[in-house]
Amino acid sequence: MAEIVLNDVTKRFPDGALAVDRVSMEIADGEFMILVGPSGCGKSTTLNMIAGLEDISSGELRIGGTVVNNMAPKDRDIAMVFQSYALYPHMTVRENMAFALKLAKVPQQTIDQKVEEAARVLDLTQHLQRKPANLSGGQRQRVAMGRCIVRDPKAFLMDEPLSNLDAKLRVQMRTEVARLQRRLGTTMVYVTHDQTEAMTLGDRVAVMRSGLLQQLDSPAELYAHPVNLFVAGFIGSPAMNFLPAKLEEGCLRTAIGDIPVTDQLRQNLESKKVEREVLLGVRPENFEDAALVSPENKPRGVTFRASVDVVESMGSDIFAYFTLGTEQTVTSAELDELAKDSGRAEVGGGDGLQVVARLDPASTVKEGTDSELWADARSIHVFDPASGENLALAR
Amino acid sequence: MATTGKQKATWGTANTVAILLAIIPVLWIVSLSFKDASTLTDATFWPKKWTLENYRGIFATSEFTHALINSIGIGLISTVIAVVLASMAAYAVARLRFPGKSVLIGMSLLIAMFPAISLVTPLFGIERTLGLFDTWLALIIPYVAFGLPLGVYTLSAFFREIPWELEKAAKMDGATPFQAFTKVIAPLAAPGMFTTAILVFIFCWNDFLFAISLTSTTRARTVPAAIGFFTGSSQFEQPTGSICAASVIITIPIIVFVLFFQRRIVAGLTSGAVKG
Repeated sequence: MAEIVLNDVTKRFPDGALAVDRVSMEIADGEFMILVGPSGCGKSTTLNMIAGLEDISSGELRIGGTVVNNMAPKDRDIAMVFQSYALYPHMTVRENMAFALKLAKVPQQTIDQKVEEAARVLDLTQHLQRKPANLSGGQRQRVAMGRCIVRDPKAFLMDEPLSNLDAKLRVQMRTEVARLQRRLGTTMVYVTHDQTEAMTLGDRVAVMRSGLLQQLDSPAELYAHPVNLFVAGFIGSPAMNFLPAKLEEGCLRTAIGDIPVTDQLRQNLESKKVEREVLLGVRPENFEDAALVSPENKPRGVTFRASVDVVESMGSDIFAYFTLGTEQTVTSAELDELAKDSGRAEVGGGDGLQVVARLDPASTVKEGTDSELWADARSIHVFDPASGENLALAR
Repeated sequence: MATTGKQKATWGTANTVAILLAIIPVLWIVSLSFKDASTLTDATFWPKKWTLENYRGIFATSEFTHALINSIGIGLISTVIAVVLASMAAYAVARLRFPGKSVLIGMSLLIAMFPAISLVTPLFGIERTLGLFDTWLALIIPYVAFGLPLGVYTLSAFFREIPWELEKAAKMDGATPFQAFTKVIAPLAAPGMFTTAILVFIFCWNDFLFAISLTSTTRARTVPAAIGFFTGSSQFEQPTGSICAASVIITIPIIVFVLFFQRRIVAGLTSGAVKG
C-alpha cells in the first residue's frame, strides 16, 4: 500500500498529440481516486502512465515515495484490471490468478493459499478449474479482480472495469468494487467515463478534459461547487441546464425572469471584467412546480410560466421537459464538447432552449399545457461563457 | 437459407467431380504399387494379383531408407527453425513499430515470390565453395529461407488477432517481454504455429528442385530426388512398381502430420479472453 503522487505529469505522443498536460495530484494511501472525463480526455493515458504501460514525457511520478518514471511495470508492484478483463484464455481461473505469483517465484503452497482466499472473497471457489470462455461476464470481471487481489499490490488500477457489463450487473459490481476496496484498504485509481460511477465510488474525483485536470474534489463538492462549465455539465444526471443571461441594472435578465445578483457574484464580476453576457447553470432539481413551493420560499427564487413538452414520471420524481423561447444565444466551446460527448449534438435541440426540471411526484404538470414553475435562485451557478469559469464561487 | 433439390444436385455434382479428380490419380498409384511386375501394364484399375513385392523391394536396399531418414530429418529441422524464427519475426511485425518494417515485409514477400529455379545454379556454386554441397545443411538453409516468408505472413496474421491487452496484463503481472511472449502470446498463437509448421514441412517434404540439384549421394538425398534414381531389377524393366510404392510411403507421413495437428488447429482458442 502506498500513496501515488503525480507531479506535472505530461504525455506527448510521437505524432505530437498532447494527451495529458501537466497533471498533478496526490492520491493518499488507501484512497479511492476516480479519473473521469469524456473519451479522449487523457484519463486512460494517465492510468497507463501510472501502470508503466506508457512512458512519461515529462514530470514526475512517485509511488510510495519512490520515483518510478523509468521503472518497468513489473517492478512497480501495482495491479491492473482492464476494460476487456484480458484474462488468459488458455489458462483456468486458478492459473489466471496464480500467474503473477508464479512469475514472482512464490512457493506453490503460498500461491494455493492466496488463490483460494481470493476465490472465496470473490465467490469463485467452484469455478477455479474452469476456463474464462465458460464464465459469464460478471464472473470474468471477478476473476480479473482476483488476479489483482492475490498479489497484495501497492495499488489497484482499474480501466473502465464495469463498462462491458449489462446495466443491472454494473450496479451490482459497482457496490462490490466499493466493498472490496474498503475491505482491503488498498489505494485505488479508477478510470471511468460514467459520472454516476465516479460520484458513487470515489473518495475524490478528478475530472479531466482534453488532457487537463479540471477539478479534483470530493463528489459532493464537485456537484455543489463546480469550478467551470465543463465540470458543471459533466457531473450530474440529468445534466445541468444552461440558460443565457444578460447583466442589466444589478440583476440577471433571463428567459425565466430576473434574478438578483448576489454580493459574491458582483465582486467576482467586477474583478474579472466579464462582459454582460453570462451563462446561468440550473440543476434540474432546483426547479419545482410553483404550486408546491411554500410561500416563505417563493421569494427566494423566480416563478415563470413554460409549456411542458414531455413529462416522464419515475415514481420518485417527475422529469418535465420544456422549451424556453429566447432570442439570446451564448455559445461556449465547453458546452459544445459536452453536447458532442453526450450525443445531444446529433439529436438536435430544435428551436429554443431545451430545459429539464426534476419535480416533486406530487406535481400535477401535464404534457402540452402551460404550467407555472419555480427556480431556486440560491443554487444558481453563473458562468463566464468565454473562459467557462464559475463566477459564483468564492475563490 | 433453404436449399432446393436442384441446388443440392448442382453442388453435389461439383464436389464429386472435384473429389474424383483429386483422388483417382492417388488411388491409381496405390493400385499400381500393389501390382506385380507381370500385371503392371494390364490397364485394370484393381490389381488382379495383389503383392507386397514392390514394398519389400524398396526397403531391401539402403537407397530408399536413407532417403527417408534424410527427408524426415531435414524436413523436421527446417520446420522447427523456420517456425521459431518466423514466430519471433511475425510478433515484431504485428506488434512493434520499427524503422524498415515495410521494407522487411516487402523483402520477405519478394523472397516468397522469387522463382526457385533461378536460385539453384548460384546456390550450387556457393554451397560447393563452402563445402556444404551434399550435406543436410545444404537443403536446410534454402528450406528455412523459403519457409520463413510463408511463416511470417501466416503468423503475423494470427498475432494480430490476439488482443494487445493480454500482453499488457502479462506485463502488469510481472512478466518480462520474453515471458509475456512465451507464456501468453505463443500458446494463444499455437494454432497458427501448427498451421505454419504443416505448410513449411509439406514444402520441404515435397521439394524436388533443391533436392536434386544440391545433393549427389545418399548422404543428403531426400525421397523425391531418390525416387528419380530408382532402377528396375534389369536394364529392360521399368521401376514403375517401386516408384509407386515409394510414393505411397512418402504420402503417409503427410497424412499423419495433418491429421495429428488438425485437432490443434481449432478456431476460437482465444474466445473468452475478452468479453464476447
